[in-house]
Amino acid sequence: MNPESLSFIFLNAFLINNFVLALFLGLCPFVGVSAKRDTAFNMSLATAFVMFVSSTCAYGINQILTIFELEFLRLISYIALIASSVQLVEMILKKFSPALFRALGIFLPLITTNCAILGVALFQTSRNYDFLQSVSFSLGAGAGFGLAIILMAGLREKLELSVLPNITQAAALSMMLAGILSLTFMGFAGLGTTA
Amino acid sequence: MSKSIKKESPLTMDVFTAGIWKENPVFVMMLGLCPVLAVTNSVENSLAMGAASVFVLVCSNALVSALRNFIPKQVRITTYIIIIATFVTLVDYIIQAISLDLYNKLGAFIQLIVVNCLILGRAEAYASKNSFGKSVISALGMGLGFTLALVMLGGVRELLGAGQLLGYQVFSLDFEPWIVMILPPGGFIVLGSWLLLINYIEQRKTGKLVADDMASHCSISQN
Repeated sequence: MNPESLSFIFLNAFLINNFVLALFLGLCPFVGVSAKRDTAFNMSLATAFVMFVSSTCAYGINQILTIFELEFLRLISYIALIASSVQLVEMILKKFSPALFRALGIFLPLITTNCAILGVALFQTSRNYDFLQSVSFSLGAGAGFGLAIILMAGLREKLELSVLPNITQAAALSMMLAGILSLTFMGFAGLGTTA
Repeated sequence: MSKSIKKESPLTMDVFTAGIWKENPVFVMMLGLCPVLAVTNSVENSLAMGAASVFVLVCSNALVSALRNFIPKQVRITTYIIIIATFVTLVDYIIQAISLDLYNKLGAFIQLIVVNCLILGRAEAYASKNSFGKSVISALGMGLGFTLALVMLGGVRELLGAGQLLGYQVFSLDFEPWIVMILPPGGFIVLGSWLLLINYIEQRKTGKLVADDMASHCSISQN
């Protein structure tokens, strides 16, 4: 597969270099919101949407900054951009789905500090993706984040029913689980090399 | 924020030491996990990341604390983020100037310090309410605790994953490196193991359970 092709970029962000399990981006919600499958699903939808919006806007902003040679402002403008997209999602949700808005609670504004979103914007800039590649990359990253967090939530729901030693409480067990999930995702690494 | 500031507790040694172990940002509060796992495949990277984070943490907390009576409550989070982003941009260029090699190894993770919830969390929870001196000391303690955690992870991963420590060969050359340790899964597994060990020691010491604060990760009070 051609590493520049849209489908490969999508697959790369989705499975091979999964944002959560291979690049360690977006770990806070991954540990924090993965207790129930429903919430995890909604969280991943909200995150994927913010990712898509901010990634497309970041592409435009980066073009403008490059024209004026203001690259040192990139980080600050990306952050401001992400904060406003989160605000947008918050307003849409509040209007159309108040139940979901309450369910996500504190984690909605915290999408702003989700490194996966800034990560998408920064990676697409450093890899010089064009517009369509950026879109494909952000969709893949969103799907990959969703996949990881829903898998984790499913595992944790099962674990609720089992008897565990006391020392595995808090995040210790989640980390171990994430390690095993991450190991299985290493299996996708072969996909990338068969060019 | 209100002008009537409560009488502050005096600056004690506790302000500094709390961050290092008792309220360690990584092992106890589980904040800022992304860089913790991503760059700790060697001690050198861990130290560089720790130093960069300490710089940003101390500078941004100092500025937030100095300006705490001028920042309107409604826009405080935005202001904090912009202050942090400024210092991260600085650190980004400084590391690029000192060692391009190191810069390439850490990659985007230097810029991602902006969204490290530890830094925003400390600005919101501590620096915005406490005096300049206390904020700086506390930030320094937190930063050192963060670096300690990074080095504890990086040390184990480099030792087992490459048989080296800071680039020096520790085990004999016959040692078969555990490649998995320097790959992504190793990060999760080593952090999980440290947490298990710490839980075990805590429970041996107190004989009671550690409270489950899973839901409060990264929680920054928002209005």
